[in-house]
Amino acid sequence: MIPEIVAATIRLPFPLIFSAVLFSAGVYGVLARRNAVLVLMSIELMLNAVNVNLVAFSAYLGQLTGQVFALFVIAVAAAEIGIGLAIVILIYRNRETINVDEVNLLKW
Amino acid sequence: MTGPEFAFLVLAVIGGFGAIRLVTSRNVVHAALYLVVTLAMVGGSYLLLAAEFVAWVQVLIYVGAIIVLVLFSLMLTKAPIGREALDNQQRGIAALVGAGVLAGLIFLIQDSFGGKDISLHHVRTAQVGESIFRDFVLPFEVVSVLLLAALVGAVVIARKDEGPAEPPERRVPLIGRRQPTVSPREGVRR
Repeated sequence: MIPEIVAATIRLPFPLIFSAVLFSAGVYGVLARRNAVLVLMSIELMLNAVNVNLVAFSAYLGQLTGQVFALFVIAVAAAEIGIGLAIVILIYRNRETINVDEVNLLKW
Repeated sequence: MTGPEFAFLVLAVIGGFGAIRLVTSRNVVHAALYLVVTLAMVGGSYLLLAAEFVAWVQVLIYVGAIIVLVLFSLMLTKAPIGREALDNQQRGIAALVGAGVLAGLIFLIQDSFGGKDISLHHVRTAQVGESIFRDFVLPFEVVSVLLLAALVGAVVIARKDEGPAEPPERRVPLIGRRQPTVSPREGVRR
């Protein structure tokens, strides 16, 4: 399907473990941070981990679907961070804080 | 260890270091700059995995646009500095969960894909474009509509409320609220 020009190899666990490290750091950040912008940055980290996985398996399987899906994930992540930061700025304007444990309007 | 493997290892070590510093840094601006490092290293790993177009999209959108957005929102919201201001009390449990996720993932990866190799092929951008516009036209259009909706939604959410609002006294009292300014329209009404 894809013509072979570069004859080099990378062991598959390398990108997968890189992505696992990024994902775990993102999980820790989402759970441990109070600042909403830092939580959003940690979510970006986790989405990037998913993208590394998609591209790695796209190269492993010799198919392009993984790359196309990574592009879609990047687009959706851009939309997500735009909306998320807009909400953060609105919360800051109303409450003078963006600590996620002090914003409890929807908590019962 | 082949050449690409060594290069990937260097990128992964720098990127992982940036990711860990990102979630442990005590200064929000430093955290954003560590995010730049990590995203750039992820882009470099895309290049090494022969996904050139995705790598440049990563550089353009993440390093170019999203970082600027994050830095702007850090500037617009007063960003405190210090561990107690940035982290909550569940640091220990969170670190435990993160380490558990990492250990489980590494075990599963070694178990399932331990001896597999990626043989790198050259991928032309034209092939990616063909794949998008031949097999994934409908998701592509849905993503474009989603981006438009997100754009309009972000503008609607973040712009200042200028309509005829209720009197300031009757609003819900909130902690540390700024003194509400009387809009000229209300002044006329009184």
